[in-house]
Amino acid sequence: MMDFTLSQILWALGMGARWTVALSLVAFVLGGVLGFVLMLCAISQRVWLRGPVLLLIWFIQGTPLLMQLFLIFFGPALFGTNISAWSAACIALTLWSAVYLAEIWRGAVRAVPRGQTEAALCLAMLPGQSLRHVVLPQAIRMALPPTAGFMVQIVKSTSLTSIVGFTELMKTGTILSNVTLDPFLIYGLVAICYFCLCYPLSLASRRLEVRFDVTR
Amino acid sequence: MSLVKVEGLHKSYGQVEVLRGIDLSVAPGEVIALIGKSGSGKSTFLRCLNGLEEINAGSIEVDGTAIGRNARQLQQLRLKVGMIFQQFNLFPHLSALDNTALALKVVKGVGRQAARAIGLEKLDKVGLAHRADARPHQLSGGQQQRVAIARALAMDPVVLLCDEVTSALDPELVEEVLQVIRQLAREGMTVIMVTHEMSFARSVCSRVAFMHQGRIHEIGPPEAVFGAPQTPELRQFLGLT
Repeated sequence: MMDFTLSQILWALGMGARWTVALSLVAFVLGGVLGFVLMLCAISQRVWLRGPVLLLIWFIQGTPLLMQLFLIFFGPALFGTNISAWSAACIALTLWSAVYLAEIWRGAVRAVPRGQTEAALCLAMLPGQSLRHVVLPQAIRMALPPTAGFMVQIVKSTSLTSIVGFTELMKTGTILSNVTLDPFLIYGLVAICYFCLCYPLSLASRRLEVRFDVTR
Repeated sequence: MSLVKVEGLHKSYGQVEVLRGIDLSVAPGEVIALIGKSGSGKSTFLRCLNGLEEINAGSIEVDGTAIGRNARQLQQLRLKVGMIFQQFNLFPHLSALDNTALALKVVKGVGRQAARAIGLEKLDKVGLAHRADARPHQLSGGQQQRVAIARALAMDPVVLLCDEVTSALDPELVEEVLQVIRQLAREGMTVIMVTHEMSFARSVCSRVAFMHQGRIHEIGPPEAVFGAPQTPELRQFLGLT
């Protein structure tokens, strides 16, 4: 076995953490865009828009992320194609966060009192205009703290992608622990890395909660 | 020539028939009070008039525009019908002035400056030009309701619907709102209001309609309705028996 210096270990973990951050950002940005579209479909009056989206939401929420990841990673092999661990991780996490963000945002939109929409409609706004100018500006305030909170979930969930062989922070930790035979030190450091990524997000969520106190 | 024309209006929620055939013609400049017990259908009737509630049968026509089913048709109707709510329903994220100017910009495509000018003019009309930059939560209930009136007036409606506009107010704030509506009535605005303010209905309204079990049970000038009620239900409602 080889000896590793602490700085080598930290450097390797840093390289892994970059992929955790990259994957989290992709999941949040693409998931956010897709989630917004899903949310609009889910609150639509049109059944052909709402129905399939609600089914997708139930499916994603009702099954483990790990299983979804397996489906997307191993599924294409049935059809004779391969998908890289990175692509599978991106697709699975994007879908997963899109669904949860859609649900968070749908809740926020629903939480805007019905009277607001009625007042907007009475001023001759069309339903879309009412959503855009009256409901969404109020829903966004309510949605910000839970959205920031959910980013913490995204960061932590990226660790699952280590199982399909994507070399992010967790996988890097596993490799290092196998070669150094010091799992306590390595996983301790991995935990600290995750904490450093997540804590600022939790803090932001709490700040936003105070700032946009929805009980006001 | 009637401005608002309602014929054979029916409305049910599931099995419950809330409105059972309402006919009403309102001439321009008339102020109509809808009175009656809770559950008699007054508010539902008012909400049907601008399509907030879908009707099951009958017709509604305001200034030549009939009620329709799709969003564009409803928009045409709502351009002519303003509404004020018991709970004000001001937009909390906007200042008083932006509350009045928003729909002008969004719906009528009025420019920012022009919309603000109109909004300010209407705020001035309800005596609140000096609070133009205040957010709704910084205003008293009476002031909020006056902003709501200014917001409705900014769209230049031909009819104003008022749904128990003073019921959520502290007693000392009621008068400032009634004052504004009295002024509008004097200027010839057509108003249909659900109200529990009987003395106000008596002094301001051209006609009073007593609703009972989803129908207009008795209607007439206030002197007749309050002074010589014809039906036992109305006499009971007025506490005369």
